[in-house]
Amino acid sequence: MQGSPAPTLAARELACRRGERLLFRKLSFALGAGEALHVTGANGTGKTTLIRALAGLTTPFAGEVETAGGIGLLDERVALDPDLPLGKALAFWRKLDGGDERTLSTLGLEPLLEVPVRYLSTGQRKRAGMAVLAGRSVPIWLLDEPLSGLDTATIGTVSVLIADHVRAGGIAVIASHQPLAIDGLRNLTVENYAPAPEPAE
Amino acid sequence: MIVALLRRDLARFFPLTGSGAALPVVFFVAVAMLYPFAVGPDPATLARTGGGIVWIAALLAAVLPLERLVAQDIELGVFDQLRLRDVSEEAMMAVRLLAHWLSFGPPLILAAFPAAALLGLDGETLRLLLIGLLAGTPGLAAIGLTIAALTASLRAGAALSGLLLIPLALPILIFGAGALARSDAASLGFVAAISLLLVAIAPFAAGMAVRAAREV
Repeated sequence: MQGSPAPTLAARELACRRGERLLFRKLSFALGAGEALHVTGANGTGKTTLIRALAGLTTPFAGEVETAGGIGLLDERVALDPDLPLGKALAFWRKLDGGDERTLSTLGLEPLLEVPVRYLSTGQRKRAGMAVLAGRSVPIWLLDEPLSGLDTATIGTVSVLIADHVRAGGIAVIASHQPLAIDGLRNLTVENYAPAPEPAE
Repeated sequence: MIVALLRRDLARFFPLTGSGAALPVVFFVAVAMLYPFAVGPDPATLARTGGGIVWIAALLAAVLPLERLVAQDIELGVFDQLRLRDVSEEAMMAVRLLAHWLSFGPPLILAAFPAAALLGLDGETLRLLLIGLLAGTPGLAAIGLTIAALTASLRAGAALSGLLLIPLALPILIFGAGALARSDAASLGFVAAISLLLVAIAPFAAGMAVRAAREV
């Protein structure tokens, strides 16, 4: 984004397992600056596994992930200390990231800053996680169900945040069951890469 | 970045700031307090065996913080988010080891004074006890951290970590308490050496365990 070389995110012949079960194989795609990918698929088909492999948190069973540029991840674990008030929990990450606070008001978090994180609802937590991600200046956004638990108004706000990020030359991979209003969004259905069922014998 | 991590860890684990973080120290003093009730108030017996009891209390107190030490941050996704900010698991664990020791070593050493008074230990025994705890608690912290990281993804992790720590801490106990029995500071050198080795290994072992916990 800011003066750095163009970000890329590519998966080549990727295969991932969970436990002993092969979830998908031969999954390939390549994304460049300003491109977004909507990952869909039924529960348990490997959307989260794919996102975590793309983030480099797990080693794929086969194939490889190539990235250029910093990666930000938003999943159901927003990494905010449950005992701290939201403001302090967010301040820890802001100190590491040096990000700004602009998205706090956009996401309606300002009235919640004094509330301990453990009292926040799922949707409020997700909004806080989105604020941490938006505060970082990383070009690649990996979003695992960013819209689940959000109210209708916030779904719009978050969609706009993602769309703005992509338009500004970022990359977004969004695993979601909800439809997304983002220009030039490509679609990838994980089930299409599921291994062929074992021949019945 | 490392300073910010250490601050967060200390805020969560240090007795005065973290919730439930004072428990190991309270437990440690409670054992010293209960011991005279259990074996009788004979000063000679207490002075002879008291040092050993303080060591056992220290070892058991080391088990208490393990449950929250690593598993919680894996669940919260903190280690994942730090990894994405290019902090290695080894660095995270080295910081955690320092924070864990600071929140349990020095408080325990301070608590050894009231414990020694309750057990009527003499000055020489107290001196060996304090040096021994200073040399031994980093080793206990290192074993504790490694075990906490290894058992973090197991369902019965907390109970298991207690069982695992005790045999592994045996060398520290033998040399640490042995120094008291013989009134000889030489074996405390062994305690320090064991601690040093464990402290050097722990961040790498725990870091690998945190990475492995993601692959389940």
